[in-house]
Amino acid sequence: MTTTSDFPLFEIFIRSNRGLDHKHVGSLHAKDYEQALEYARDCYTRRSEGVSIWVVKSSDIVASQEEDAVSFYDPMDDKPYRHASYYKLPEAVNNM
Amino acid sequence: MADYRMNEAELEKVFQDRIDDEQKIEPKDWMPDTYRKNLIRQMSQHAHSEVIGMQPEGNWITRAPSLRRKMILLAKVQDEAGHGLYIYSAAETLGISREEMVQALHDGKAKYASIFNYPSLTWADVGAIGWLVDGAAIVNQITLQRTSYGPYARAMVRVCKEESFHQRQGYESLLVLASGSKEQQQMAQDALNRWWWPSLMMFGPHDAESAHSAQSMKWKIKRKSNDELRQAFVDQTVPQAQYLGLTIPDPKLKWNEERGHYDFGEIDWDEFYRVINGNGLCNRQRIVHHRRAHDNGAWVREAVEAYDEKQKARKQQAA
Repeated sequence: MTTTSDFPLFEIFIRSNRGLDHKHVGSLHAKDYEQALEYARDCYTRRSEGVSIWVVKSSDIVASQEEDAVSFYDPMDDKPYRHASYYKLPEAVNNM
Repeated sequence: MADYRMNEAELEKVFQDRIDDEQKIEPKDWMPDTYRKNLIRQMSQHAHSEVIGMQPEGNWITRAPSLRRKMILLAKVQDEAGHGLYIYSAAETLGISREEMVQALHDGKAKYASIFNYPSLTWADVGAIGWLVDGAAIVNQITLQRTSYGPYARAMVRVCKEESFHQRQGYESLLVLASGSKEQQQMAQDALNRWWWPSLMMFGPHDAESAHSAQSMKWKIKRKSNDELRQAFVDQTVPQAQYLGLTIPDPKLKWNEERGHYDFGEIDWDEFYRVINGNGLCNRQRIVHHRRAHDNGAWVREAVEAYDEKQKARKQQAA
């Protein structure tokens, strides 16, 4: 018997308003992209939450793992000079 | 779906209404061809500026006076490469490829901020570039966070957030020179003398002479005019120069109580057009270097391709 979990999983991203980024809101199973888009509309925008939907096959998403964070991000941790607050300027000119 | 039945004039009205209503235009929206072209021109020019702008500063990385200054300068130049990437990618959503944009730069068809055609002669220039050139860029980019094209506006939010360290490190390094020996003070003053006017030129021709300004304002690609932005930059920079004890090389610079702004002298427009049309001190060098860097990097691109093919073959074998 075919079950919907045999359908591929899609990740759903919604733009709540023009000018804003699409944000991940959840996922769902669908047979193809078009169906995923319609299900996403029915499921995630019932209260006009969005003006645009992106659907992406979950299997197409490549993600870094939090457990790898130490080695993955380590080089960034010892570079405080990348931050504006690292530069102490006198009060009179501190508004830049 | 109704949109598809509209004729061009109706589509254009929907488009302009959207802009008048302060809504953003997003990549898949209908837009007039001229809007698209105008944006591609401005955004590719902006991205090229970020990338070409790495050269005058990169010139000093190996000669920075301390390890601290070297790390800061490296981080800043690295940021500029990143900013180029954000803007190129945002421009690609308009249907132009990175290769086409870079080709237009190499062919001299696309411009970049003409200030990067001036040489960085001393260490003080690195400070002056951060303070003045990044300072001027920030004034412009802050308003571009509200530009009408969504991907461009969002790229600008990111750029502005990262950019404030650029200006502060430049000013901080000049502060050291300005409170140093007589020679160091003179070096800081000399840098200001050479970078002041080109910084004012960064905002482009006067509003009345600016070829693309009026249409860009109507489309809200630009949010403030060249002259407004230039005035804002002068007003914010004069007190910063005073604090450094440096003199801005403009005898006409004077606070105007009535206007509530600084008055300042006229830009040498002959110089402006000379440099923009390819005859500044470093124009040829900048493009030759960019081409060379691009060509010298060919083996990296080829290696990526080769690695990809190898990986694919390996996966196929395993399957």
